[in-house]
Amino acid sequence: MTNSLPTFFDEMQINIANTDTLNVREIYNAYQHWLKSIPKDLLDSKRQEAEVLFRRVGITFNVYGNDDGAERLIPFDVVPRILDAKEWAHLSAGAIQRVRALNMFLHDIYHEQHIIKAGVVPASVLTNAQYRPEMFGVNVPQQIYAHIAGIDLVRTSESQFYVLEDNLRTPSGVSYMLEDRKMMMRLFPELFRRYSVAPVDHYPQVLLKNLRAVAQSGVHEPTVVVLSPGAYNSAYFEHAFLAQQMGVELVEGQDLFVRNNAVYMRTTQGPQRIDVIYRRIDDDYLDPLVFNANSMLGVPGLLSVYRNGGVTLANAVGTGVADDKATYIHVPAMIKFYLDEEPILENVPTYELSKSDDLAYTLAHLDELVVKEVQGSGGYGMLVGPAASKQELEEFRIRILSKPANYIAQPTLALSTCPTLVEAGIAPRHVDLRPFVLSGKTVTLVPGALCRVAMKEGSLVVNSSQGGGTKDTWVLEEAIETPTTQQAEKVEELSC
Amino acid sequence: MLSRTADHLYWMARYIERAENMARVLDVTYNMSLVPNAAESEAALWLPALEISGNVEAYADTYDAYTASNVIHYLALDMNNPSSIYSTLRSARENAHAVRVAMTTETWENINALWLEFGQFVGQDLAKSGLREFCDWVKARSHLFRGVCYGTMLRDDAFSFVRLGTFIERADNTARLLDVKYHLLLPKQEEIGGAVDYYEWSAVLRSVSSFQAYQKIYSDTIEPWRVAELLVLRRDMPRSLHACFDEITPILELLSGTRHTECKRLAGELHSKLRYGKMKDIFQHGLHEFLSDFVQSNNKLGVEIHKTFFSIAT
Repeated sequence: MTNSLPTFFDEMQINIANTDTLNVREIYNAYQHWLKSIPKDLLDSKRQEAEVLFRRVGITFNVYGNDDGAERLIPFDVVPRILDAKEWAHLSAGAIQRVRALNMFLHDIYHEQHIIKAGVVPASVLTNAQYRPEMFGVNVPQQIYAHIAGIDLVRTSESQFYVLEDNLRTPSGVSYMLEDRKMMMRLFPELFRRYSVAPVDHYPQVLLKNLRAVAQSGVHEPTVVVLSPGAYNSAYFEHAFLAQQMGVELVEGQDLFVRNNAVYMRTTQGPQRIDVIYRRIDDDYLDPLVFNANSMLGVPGLLSVYRNGGVTLANAVGTGVADDKATYIHVPAMIKFYLDEEPILENVPTYELSKSDDLAYTLAHLDELVVKEVQGSGGYGMLVGPAASKQELEEFRIRILSKPANYIAQPTLALSTCPTLVEAGIAPRHVDLRPFVLSGKTVTLVPGALCRVAMKEGSLVVNSSQGGGTKDTWVLEEAIETPTTQQAEKVEELSC
Repeated sequence: MLSRTADHLYWMARYIERAENMARVLDVTYNMSLVPNAAESEAALWLPALEISGNVEAYADTYDAYTASNVIHYLALDMNNPSSIYSTLRSARENAHAVRVAMTTETWENINALWLEFGQFVGQDLAKSGLREFCDWVKARSHLFRGVCYGTMLRDDAFSFVRLGTFIERADNTARLLDVKYHLLLPKQEEIGGAVDYYEWSAVLRSVSSFQAYQKIYSDTIEPWRVAELLVLRRDMPRSLHACFDEITPILELLSGTRHTECKRLAGELHSKLRYGKMKDIFQHGLHEFLSDFVQSNNKLGVEIHKTFFSIAT
């Protein structure tokens, strides 16, 4: 680690006010102590070991059209991100509250639309490209739309977390949460003796229980399947992993067909009826008869069965309207409207460029702001002002001016950093956090999350499509054994 | 189980078995090349290797001469040859990847590791050196594959389809091997007992791991008709046609359940020919005719398996 003071909040070490010294945050004491006790090259050899293991297991990203069968690994970092029980209680309560409100919002805008009538959310939400008129008046079991939600959180100080975005369509990454943990326990069993880390491996069981709970009423032993676009999809490993962990079939569109208002899969013993589909295919590709007619991934007639209640889809069709950046702005108001509660987690302050004041401010401060396209995802249609060249700024200015309502702007957040193993040793790298909220009869989440890390120095973009890596996230149980912590406090200068 | 899953599992097993058999053919052919005067020419030695796998025409499109170096490359590592060991193992891995959920983690990791390890051979000139090691490696990986399936998979339909693939492919491969070798050697029948002939037939036996079994069962000179009997009718020879159908028939009965399927009937018919057939009758009608009929019927059985389990009408 370098000795220069970080300008960002670091998960492991903090500035002591008015001094030039760094101190290790209490929850990292035992880790720091351990770090000092191990041989210098241990972390790097463990990192290499992890890479070999991940390759063998085939936890890989497919690169489409790659001919030599080589598949890409998402970089895995061996240094954990640690959250204490109190921090986690705050985050999980906030995430659950948010998902409850979002599910109520989705039900509302596809039914009575109270929130629009009350003037809390503008009617323009109904013309959002992600709003699916096909879903109007359709009743889904338990009124749950987003059965699986990934809430992206970032931290800017000891006490300040922000929700960056909600992922309510087909959020991915949970397999990395689970596999990273398995890997860390294999590589560093001694650390798990020092820390009581809350387990996460029951996630697939909770998911299965929830999926079974949203089958149509009257079905006693529902058949659940995972619907994947197939082995060439970049997230195929995760689809296969979840199906295997839940003990259900992993199907592709070609395996399913529709007959007499029901969905069946082709099995070696003949057709078998399906009750719940955990689909990892976007709305647009689900049913060529209704959406994208060229799609080979979906099932002709699926939507008609779905609308008639012959099958349950998780997540529901049409959730995209609630996680769009144009809707994001209204989530705190939704929470007050539906739950009559104060939002536990804050939104990032956001400028709506459809408003002339916000537009003027944004154009004047383009080099300081992050500008995002509404109805976009994946970190592509985005401008990071401080990192952009003059030419990029000008190009984006023209794009904004041609259709201001297509954009929102936010201050460039000082994303927290976490110690990360890079070539030069351990160095701070920016991180975010995606816990997965599961909605069934209850709304829950397992104590863990996908932690994404920007492996490039200074980079704030953590997306795996942009070279981001992952870290295991440790949520500590209430009771922390502290003998090593106390010892560690005595050796408090940090320099390695 | 899901039809597509069954299809992938079946083909995964077939491709692994095919790779193993190809390695066996390469291995014994190479060994023969070390025996002085084993063949009139390099071409006479290597052409049968192409014939067994049905690759003579495709080979001729790319290469001129039947040299050891060309044939070995073509059958082992040529990425453009769909039946090279490279291509079959790659297909096996692709089939496995598509249905990794349906197999145990250990089975999947085994096949994935196989493919990762294969990288070490790509680009090598195996004719110069390393062919033995390569063939041994392919055989060992195939043994490992069957072992990990047998030792870890639940005895459900998935397991049955994997086993089915293995034995349908093995029956095909053994029949082709015997047909080509027998056919080639027949004109020289008057010389039976000669040194070269001994090496040739012992090579055939070794290619199906049956040399020691032959010695044990017959304790006598190697006679072509006994070799044929061993590989066709002996049910205690694990690579014989009879032994393959001892596996195939009950699997198809299990998978068909109470259904009357054409594949079950066809397997039973073939099985009874092997079970109650006599070598004398087979020779009277001609071994070549018998074997080519068998290969055809076995292919037809494959088609029926597809119809019954993989592409059911909706």
